Amino acid sequence: MIADHIMFTGVNVLLAWSVYVILLSGSVSFANGAFMAIGGYGAGVLTTKFGLPLVAGIPIAALGTAAFGMIIGLPALRTRGIYLILVTTGIAFCVKNAIEAIPYVGGVRGMRGLVGAEPWHVWVVAGVVGLLLWLLSRTPLQRILDAVREDELVARSLGINTVYVKVIAFGTGAALAAVAGGLYAHYMYVINPEHFGILVSVYVVLYVILGGVNNLWGPPLGAAVMTLLPELIRGLQAWRPIVFGVVIVILLLVRPEGLLPFRSPTARAKEARRG
Amino acid sequence: MADAPVLEVRGIKVGYGPIKAIRDCSLDVAAGETVAVVGANGAGKTTLLRAISRMLPLEAGEIRFAGQSVAGRRTHLLARDGLLHVPEGRGVMPNLSVWENIRISWEVRPTEIAFEAALQRVFERFPRLAERRMQRAGTLSGGEQQMLALARAIANPPRLLLLDEPSLGLSPIMIAEAYKALRQFQADGMTILLVEQNVHAALRFAQRAYILKQGEIVAQGTGEGLLADPDMLKHYLGSK
Repeated sequence: MIADHIMFTGVNVLLAWSVYVILLSGSVSFANGAFMAIGGYGAGVLTTKFGLPLVAGIPIAALGTAAFGMIIGLPALRTRGIYLILVTTGIAFCVKNAIEAIPYVGGVRGMRGLVGAEPWHVWVVAGVVGLLLWLLSRTPLQRILDAVREDELVARSLGINTVYVKVIAFGTGAALAAVAGGLYAHYMYVINPEHFGILVSVYVVLYVILGGVNNLWGPPLGAAVMTLLPELIRGLQAWRPIVFGVVIVILLLVRPEGLLPFRSPTARAKEARRG
Repeated sequence: MADAPVLEVRGIKVGYGPIKAIRDCSLDVAAGETVAVVGANGAGKTTLLRAISRMLPLEAGEIRFAGQSVAGRRTHLLARDGLLHVPEGRGVMPNLSVWENIRISWEVRPTEIAFEAALQRVFERFPRLAERRMQRAGTLSGGEQQMLALARAIANPPRLLLLDEPSLGLSPIMIAEAYKALRQFQADGMTILLVEQNVHAALRFAQRAYILKQGEIVAQGTGEGLLADPDMLKHYLGSK
């Protein structure tokens, strides 16, 4: 049981970062559950049907998912705000239904025999991702992402290729979600499309918003709290979802910017100067 | 002046669907020159600048920047070639600090000036920004935000600076401040095309000016010359 919690918290931390990366460039994605599914199924096919080791299967699946994300992102990222939410939600539905319709990966019954992922694998990956994101926050690239998020038109007038920045961020987020999906799948032994429904995507965005969208450490904190909180209030039984929902509403009212606030400009400037 | 003009606009037409915001517009800006386009609200001034920096497509006509047609070139590439468009409403990044705003305009366009030198030049011109370097740009006053927008042109001097309504929403004192800064740009030899609703401020500043009315250039002359003809200004702009 403890191992499950450690595993799922780690997977959700990765997923939260996958949304955060996309959010850095100013786009919201409700499709990360779908990217997770593609990563999970893709890696699953590679390990079970082609006999590849997991360490090869997951990166290949992640690259494939990144390519898929970028191809979809190119037209999808022309939309913004609520329209982008609708488009990415549509992607999530399409992918889930497509997987259900493919007998090769088991259709609605799912895929079995996926093994090899341990909870500590996820945390090593999460550590590496966290380190990379922290390094990113000290490079000029962070400022370019900030500019695109703040005002696309101004960013363009400064000389930034905003389309490129947004598509790369989307692809990177898709790849991260795919890695989380691959690890998750190979821990679960069996996966089916229900594991990657639209609710997964919604929850992940929720982790990020609750943790703090403007701080690198906000999304993992939100993911950890939101994954473990339902377990802590397990004693409430049927009331659990209601209490969980109320906690979310209260959190948003009390800390609308998330648990961790925006990095202050002073702190960012200091980081930049050191870096 | 023997060189080709930095900017040539020839008979352009720009529209948003069936609405034609620019119906016929031609103008030139030579190197080192400061040119104003004045017109009432809705005359098509912002549309004109957006067409020049390729934020909007042309329906007809041609625009040449530094002797080359801008057709098919993207906004960010034009920017890297030295066409700096400061959009209406300042165009600063509100959640980034003053320092970060200056830094990013320095780092995305290629320049030969070292950042420390660029920053020093900005702070010499605008000491207020030096005091507020760590502050979020969104918390600056309107005038200070305009200074920050103009600071970009100092941090990384463009070949052509397009300014959309630099006086918009500013108090008379801040308008005077902004134009004082622009006069220094002029003295530096910067090439500037600005559009303005504040006719008097713009005409007093610019060497040459065009009057835009309902998407057409209806008059042109030196800034002083147009200013000296209040009847014409009144006729075209409906102002005193």
